[in-house]
Amino acid sequence: MEDSWDAILTFVKIWFSAIVGLIMLPAMFGASLGITEVYMKALVKILEWATLRLQRGRGEQQILKASLSNGIIQRDDGSMEKELGELRRSRPKPQEGGDFTLSDVFYFNRKGIESIVEDEVTQRFTSEELASWNLLTRTNNNFHYISLRLTILWGLGVVIRYCFLAPLRITLASIGLSWLVIGTSVVGLLPNSRAKNWLSELVHLMCYRICARGLSATIHYHNKENRPKNGGICVANHTSPIDIVILANDGCYAMVGQVHGGLMGVIQRSMVKSCPHIWFERSEMKDRHLVTQRLKDHVADKTKLPILIFPEGTCINNTSVMMFKKGSFEIGGTIYPVAIKYDPQFGDAFWNSAKYNMVSYLLRMMTSWAIVCNVWYLPPMSQEEGEDAVQFANRVKSAIAHQGGLVDLSWDGGLKRAKVKETYKEQQQKMYSSMVVGDDSSD
Amino acid sequence: MGSNNSTLSKIPNVDELMQETGFTPAHIVRLYDRFKALDKDQKGHLSPQDFGSIKELAMNPIGDRIIGAFFSPGQEAVDFHSFVRILAHFRPLDKNRPRDPNTPEPINSRTSKLRFAFQLYDQDKDGKISRAELLQVLRTMLEMQVTEEQLESIADRTIQEADLDGDSAISFDEFRKSLEKVNIDHKMSIRFLR
Repeated sequence: MEDSWDAILTFVKIWFSAIVGLIMLPAMFGASLGITEVYMKALVKILEWATLRLQRGRGEQQILKASLSNGIIQRDDGSMEKELGELRRSRPKPQEGGDFTLSDVFYFNRKGIESIVEDEVTQRFTSEELASWNLLTRTNNNFHYISLRLTILWGLGVVIRYCFLAPLRITLASIGLSWLVIGTSVVGLLPNSRAKNWLSELVHLMCYRICARGLSATIHYHNKENRPKNGGICVANHTSPIDIVILANDGCYAMVGQVHGGLMGVIQRSMVKSCPHIWFERSEMKDRHLVTQRLKDHVADKTKLPILIFPEGTCINNTSVMMFKKGSFEIGGTIYPVAIKYDPQFGDAFWNSAKYNMVSYLLRMMTSWAIVCNVWYLPPMSQEEGEDAVQFANRVKSAIAHQGGLVDLSWDGGLKRAKVKETYKEQQQKMYSSMVVGDDSSD
Repeated sequence: MGSNNSTLSKIPNVDELMQETGFTPAHIVRLYDRFKALDKDQKGHLSPQDFGSIKELAMNPIGDRIIGAFFSPGQEAVDFHSFVRILAHFRPLDKNRPRDPNTPEPINSRTSKLRFAFQLYDQDKDGKISRAELLQVLRTMLEMQVTEEQLESIADRTIQEADLDGDSAISFDEFRKSLEKVNIDHKMSIRFLR
């Protein structure tokens, strides 16, 4: 009995020192021992082999070009004019009385049926599908049994991910979070000074780096010269709560959000001790003036860190950018846009809050291969003369979508819960009527 | 690695459904996932409100008619089988179908597609599109953008062009004749990418 206890204790000691020595310490100082790089290279090679195997296995089957398509049905992106024009080609244009044919209804009918099978908005709230399987059970949609070797590889992957990587990552994440709470509380005891700010930034950076290791996150930052400065507002597209860890790995931000209870509440309260973040009570959120005022005050103080805001207001699946709410763009101050794009091959970062709660989501993150993403810092933008908040928001949104290779949609992310306004339908009717009776239709 | 098979086994009478509609197992699974996603309250069937929550459909001028095509008169629920059967009308034409007069018309033939479109106009299902029905469709498609006179003149002209037997209504055959040059397969088909 004694021996087995000793053995277990020694094992645990070795386990911890390995983690601390090999992963935590280098992470805290921003260095890397190269273990992750080796892992990622091996992973890429294995996935390439798996892809080839799958393609061979599918053989002669017709595979339409669908490498990066997000849809499951083929859509003709022709405008209403083009499509209706094609339908009407079969008969000569009449002299008077307007231009209507019985076949016009085909266009609207098809659009309607297409949207029943798959629509632009709902599509953005489910995880992006991969063109080729990445050996995770959760992404397996269309891939059937191909070969024994592939199955063994998949099984091996399950064992490695759940029995080795997941406990490792959970340990790292807990170390990271506890260090955040302890570190910031300690720093909070110091009197306000430059040293305190410097220490607070250091503590925050270290914790986020440990947390990033806890997710096996490989992040590539581009255009670091455009990094947000004090007194500015950083806006980014939102895919998951992990976005915060990703961005905070390379700079310090003041977070904005609602006060939570439980573990989140503890973290929030300790974070605010070392440097000012903006946490709102639930009741305060309703008062837009109060919210805007607090944000304005923060931005006006140049010693405070830049605010981090996600103007979409909800998590989208990282294939598109949805409407930016204008509130963040009415505060004034310089906007620093940031585009975040995850590589879905290694792990799907999208948080489908309807399907998974926070804990199951984090567990899914920790049992993926890795989180790989690209962060682009875009040049700062300010509101121009004669531009209102909505136009400014759209301009920033287009820049982010363009840089990240995402689809720029003007649908409101909140529509996943709300109804569509009548004005959209009227727009469609107007467009169609100009084709039927010409532009001199009466109002 | 068999998530397709596990979903298929949840659907009752799936083989019969595949025979009837011609969808592949992969497509049936996708349609099933879509059905479940639209059925937010998990009732096991879809109501008109579930369709109404699709944004692009809500802004489609004939959205309500399309929704109506899924429901039999008086019914407020459509189950998965009926859902798939209606969507099967929009499967692309099977190029190699043998012209056997004994087998029943497949659900996605040119005639079936035309009949679906015809029924969008012919709401009382009497086999003819009357002037009043045509006016109704024009009204929903154009609503406040045109005057009543313009609507009436359009309706009259359309009937004049298509009506061959002079009964001031458009029967299914007259409908079909006036559209014989239109590429139905292209305009009334949905192609799955995978």
